[in-house]
Amino acid sequence: MNMMSEAAVEKALDKSMSDAGLKMIGKDVSVYYGEKRALFDVNLNVRKNTVTALIGPSGCGKSTFLRTLNRMNDTIDGCRVTGKITLDNADIYDPSVDVVELRARVGMVFQKPNPFPKSIYENIAYGPRIHGLAKTKSDMDRIVESSLQRAGLWNEAKDRLQEPGTGLSGGQQQRLCIARAVAVSPEVILMDEPCSALDPIATAKVEELIHELRTNFTIVIVTHSMQQAARVSQRTAMFHLGNLVEENDTDKMFTNPDDQRTQDYIMGRFG
Amino acid sequence: MSGYLLAFLALAALSMAYIGNSRAKATHKAAVGKVHSRPIYHGLNVAIWTAVPAFVLLLVWLVFQSTIVNQLVLAGIPGSENFDPSASSILMSEVRQVASGNLFKEPSPEVKAAAAHYQSLQGIAAYLMAAAVAVAAAIGAFFGLKVIGSRYRARHSVELSVTLFMMFSSLLAILITLGIVFSLVFEAFHFFTKVPFTEFLFGLRWEPQIAMRADQVAGQGAFGVIPVLYGTFLISAIAMIVAVPTGILSAIFLTEYSHPKFRAVVKPLLEILAGVPTVVYGFFAVLTVAPAIRDLGFALGFEASPNSALAAGAVMGVMIIPFISSLSDDAFAAVPRAMREGSYALGATKGETIRKVLLPAALPGIVGGVLLALSRAVGETMIVVMAAGLIAKLTLNPLDAVTTVTVQIVTLLIGDAEFDNPKTLAAFALGLVLFIVTLILNLIALHTVRKYREKY
Repeated sequence: MNMMSEAAVEKALDKSMSDAGLKMIGKDVSVYYGEKRALFDVNLNVRKNTVTALIGPSGCGKSTFLRTLNRMNDTIDGCRVTGKITLDNADIYDPSVDVVELRARVGMVFQKPNPFPKSIYENIAYGPRIHGLAKTKSDMDRIVESSLQRAGLWNEAKDRLQEPGTGLSGGQQQRLCIARAVAVSPEVILMDEPCSALDPIATAKVEELIHELRTNFTIVIVTHSMQQAARVSQRTAMFHLGNLVEENDTDKMFTNPDDQRTQDYIMGRFG
Repeated sequence: MSGYLLAFLALAALSMAYIGNSRAKATHKAAVGKVHSRPIYHGLNVAIWTAVPAFVLLLVWLVFQSTIVNQLVLAGIPGSENFDPSASSILMSEVRQVASGNLFKEPSPEVKAAAAHYQSLQGIAAYLMAAAVAVAAAIGAFFGLKVIGSRYRARHSVELSVTLFMMFSSLLAILITLGIVFSLVFEAFHFFTKVPFTEFLFGLRWEPQIAMRADQVAGQGAFGVIPVLYGTFLISAIAMIVAVPTGILSAIFLTEYSHPKFRAVVKPLLEILAGVPTVVYGFFAVLTVAPAIRDLGFALGFEASPNSALAAGAVMGVMIIPFISSLSDDAFAAVPRAMREGSYALGATKGETIRKVLLPAALPGIVGGVLLALSRAVGETMIVVMAAGLIAKLTLNPLDAVTTVTVQIVTLLIGDAEFDNPKTLAAFALGLVLFIVTLILNLIALHTVRKYREKY
């Protein structure tokens, strides 16, 4: 006889999901900018150590959804989020959650490279320093070196650590921003069109980097490029007009999608 | 007379523009091939040719007319070739007074004759001037109309004239500044022939109340600028201590913390502070703040002078808050949103973001604002004239009275002034010092602001 309460069932369900490797779960997520509704009841899960790509035409809500995952929308006036988003089964919109801690666990890389007007070293050291991750100077040196190495920037930057980060090329700046995000050892890294301001060679480097980062981090990436989604991701979610149209394995999505709209978008019929 | 002439020139230019425009239209209609300039440019070109040379002639005429007439009148007075320049200038002013009918006493027959001569010459000159200007305008209009044709580059000619006019305007501003500087330097040089340069620059006593006439009883006089300059810096320092933290913190609050509606109300209110006349600040300082400080000093057992540096400095600080807060506000707002988001995304708090990202990025702009406010404080006159003291004193005590450069300039130039006396001339030397100090501050401010522009 099964006497479990509804809550217990849900809990068990959540547990089984997390066992299946779900890092973040979005349930009925809606976002409003003032009166305007930007997202409509999106249900989307993010798997652990997986690259999840969010695709869709401009203004479809993919960036908005991405920014709900580390509560970056909180910094926008008049923005309201409803529904439930969990990180390791803990609600990130719970009043007891400290946004600062959340963002240390869910890092973010932006569309345009935005290094601080500080030296390369200080750009990387910024996060670890505010979170007290390094006790000594040599600890900090180690964090800076390993972060730059993980971002594939060490060989280019090791002789110019004290030079301003803004002096690097666009592609290098973006990898610096990735290194900066990696330096605080987050669990999830959100990337908002990280290659849209980069040339093809820099893009290839960043994509290669995303591939490597997958072993240690869970990555969610918003991209406008179908090819990029196909190259870097294992799971793909397609948004349209604020709705989640389809979420599937990337291979299936690009060969045999379930939804006609996905097919149309991938074939370039709209968007 | 010249007012009518100016009106005539304006009218002539307007009608010539119209005539030129219609003539160009007619010519273009008959023209074969491509027309270079649109008719309106031909019209403007004619107007410029009509008005500008005639206007320049008018200006030159007005500059030289009085000198020439004076020379002619003077030459007509018997025995005038033996007068020295000051005597003839006194005579000429008497002649002019008589000619315009201001009689203080019955003039001598020579002066009467000279006045009549002067009046007739003035009348002739006025007619000649009107005729010359009219001829110049007519010649200009004639040539302007003559060149109208389908291939004439009227647009280039008009654009060149406009460019020249703009260049002239900017040169005028520079020339006026140079003129001010030269008059300062010239009189200051006069002063340094009477008081040694080193005594002025390094002297520790400032007692300029020396006798101007032989029968006056006064002190020996000492012209050491150090105590006066020191007073200026003490009061400015007090002002900066009040204004810098208040201004920067209010800018941070308004850009980073306050609700946009609150900001929309408070920011203009704060900027009203900059629009309050300084004389109002002055009596606020002398009637409200200074007595309050004195009472507080009594209560705490300090001796406070009624004209304390603290009162003047604190009120001056309030006056310059808007300079600092407004420019810092702009500097914070100019930091790209991406910087803030980048910091937040790394888990930084608002405070950490402000201290470690925004402040360093906005610092050059803030420094520019602070230096601008400082040069404003150094040059501020009315508040200190009303609220600061007159006695130059080298003291660190902010409750004591000090004097400032601007206060001393005002007191030196009020009342009896004689321009071969060091007491009066000292004002120019002080002015020069003040000018150099604020110039240096402004140069530093400009330099930092420019550096800041290159940042992003």
